[in-house]
Amino acid sequence: MSAAAGTFGSVGRRPAELLSSWARRNAWALSLIAFLALLLVFTKLIQPNYGETGIQALANRALPLTLAAAAQAVIVISGGIDLSIGSMMALTSVTSATLMAGQSEEFGIAVVLAVLVLGLLLGAVNGVLVVVTRVPDIVVTLAMAFVWAGCALLVLRTPGGGAAQWLKDLVIGPLGNDWIPKAAIVMVVVVAAIWIPIQRSRLGLSFYAVGSNRLAAFRSGVSVGRTKVLAYVVGGLFAALAGLSVTASTGIGTPVPGPYTLQSVAAVVLGGVSLAGGRGGIFGPIVAVIILSLIRTDMTFLRLNSNLATVAEGIILIGVVMLGSFVQLRRSRS
Amino acid sequence: MTETVQATRTRNPWLTGAGWSALFRDRPIIPLVALLALLVLLFELGPSSVNPNWAAFVLRQAVPLAILAGCQTLTMLTGGIDLSVGAVASMSGFLVATLVGSQGLPVAILLALLAAALAGLVTGIGVGVFKVHPLIMTLGMSLVVLGLANVWQLQMVQTGAGVPAELRGIGSNLALGIVPYSLIVFVPLTLLILFGLRRTGYGRLLYAIGDNPVAARLSGARAWQVLIVLYVISAVLAAIAGLLVSGLNNTASVTLADSLVLPSVAAAVIGGTSILGGRGGFGGTIVGALILTVIASLLQSLGYPEALRQVLFGSIIVAVAAAYTRVTAES
Repeated sequence: MSAAAGTFGSVGRRPAELLSSWARRNAWALSLIAFLALLLVFTKLIQPNYGETGIQALANRALPLTLAAAAQAVIVISGGIDLSIGSMMALTSVTSATLMAGQSEEFGIAVVLAVLVLGLLLGAVNGVLVVVTRVPDIVVTLAMAFVWAGCALLVLRTPGGGAAQWLKDLVIGPLGNDWIPKAAIVMVVVVAAIWIPIQRSRLGLSFYAVGSNRLAAFRSGVSVGRTKVLAYVVGGLFAALAGLSVTASTGIGTPVPGPYTLQSVAAVVLGGVSLAGGRGGIFGPIVAVIILSLIRTDMTFLRLNSNLATVAEGIILIGVVMLGSFVQLRRSRS
Repeated sequence: MTETVQATRTRNPWLTGAGWSALFRDRPIIPLVALLALLVLLFELGPSSVNPNWAAFVLRQAVPLAILAGCQTLTMLTGGIDLSVGAVASMSGFLVATLVGSQGLPVAILLALLAAALAGLVTGIGVGVFKVHPLIMTLGMSLVVLGLANVWQLQMVQTGAGVPAELRGIGSNLALGIVPYSLIVFVPLTLLILFGLRRTGYGRLLYAIGDNPVAARLSGARAWQVLIVLYVISAVLAAIAGLLVSGLNNTASVTLADSLVLPSVAAAVIGGTSILGGRGGFGGTIVGALILTVIASLLQSLGYPEALRQVLFGSIIVAVAAAYTRVTAES
């Protein structure tokens, strides 16, 4: 709630005040960015060759998961949770790869647009089912995870298909300077173009309102059902983008859902979004994804067993959440 | 719960709609068994007929799923969920398969159960003492368990002894060709869980904490102790299921039981346990696991592809869950 309220209540205040209140609202995301910077310095220290190629690989590997985390973040902020994101990514990825295989470059543009619409539709189905059946979000989206994964297998049995060259060029390689990967630019542009207008509009405010207190939101005139459906629709759009990014970076579509669903939940929590809803932003989870994948790289540089990276991920997840609730417990006691 | 049913019965519930929905609410197992019977009937109309052999096959498949769904039922009663069952189950099967050569079977099983209990203890402390959301805690724990199991796998790569014959026997053999040996493990476990939930104070506490945590605290329940014990129980149950899964498939890998996690949640939901806590039981969950296994077997025998099976699976879960929500919201 506080993030959106700040945006609306900030009219006519001095820039310094604005800056400090912005920093306060985004404290978690800012400290994550600071941590990321430290981690990059650390990486450079343990691996002096780490440079352009390392950054490229990092951006390419993190792209699908950052978009999946964005999808999850929007839905969790509005008080839901979507366990079907991985399956939606698989479905959109195989649909785009199947349609684009052997077709012209121009046709690829139509396919991308169609797949984005498909993502909106998938999200709408999830949202409508949650609202109409009144079954808890986690159960509905868990069931829909089976449905979408099954649909993905119906579209394409085994990994295959193709991708238009321009789509691959969009995410692979650097842009101008060797230090700026295209994947990072695409991610920032796409997320900002979708999320910032929403966040600054009534819709963004109602996402936070419904997430933090449904009853209060309802009594202040927010249509709770419509808001929840729209949150799932926006989530579906991000999931479709994530699916497209998988197709673009691998050149094919894979019908079996990757580990994205649960990783997106983990990233959202690490990124400072409360699972209870109504708190957090979309950029924290994205930074969290980048940090997690850089930690994985660092552990290979340190010649540690790569499986320990999985253990580390789990411990970081538990540790950060434990610390957070511990601080909260202390605060509520005093 | 039993009192409600008897009270409505005296007012001849068979004539009123409210009586019917009360019956469905308090005894979800009745419509579930009807659904199961309908599915079996459908099977009879299909290409292959129902015979004892088929029943044994379904039962054998359903037993590990039902135990894992039992973990979900117990944790869901308190408003939690246990996503670490897959990792814990795979880990225990794998530990036994690698340790049996050097330690012997009883010690290997004991070590596997101890490792699982340790994971459950940590989860329980996280959920109970530090108030971490169970979804996150068990998700994190499954990453930790999976990673450690992988490290162990690298250490043990030369000494793969394989799944011991005893586990294969219990997991996959049939007595007289019709009764799966896994029932030897499953029936006592079921009786224990059913008795524990219905007749012990601990079972009551699980319902109480899930139904109304504040009321439970004010009446003197120490939620953190209950939750720690709960997650240890859940992990040990998952480990036992993992032994059966490895016996059933005659393999042991660190990701063997992962594909059962989401179906186990689904089985508990179909069985009438509310994910919000406080309502449900293990009886319905067993029927839920049977329904899922029968559907899978039905679609397989009709020659439908795996893809369609998943689509139907998901649709049925949504439909059944929606029906429950409708019935329980009317009261």
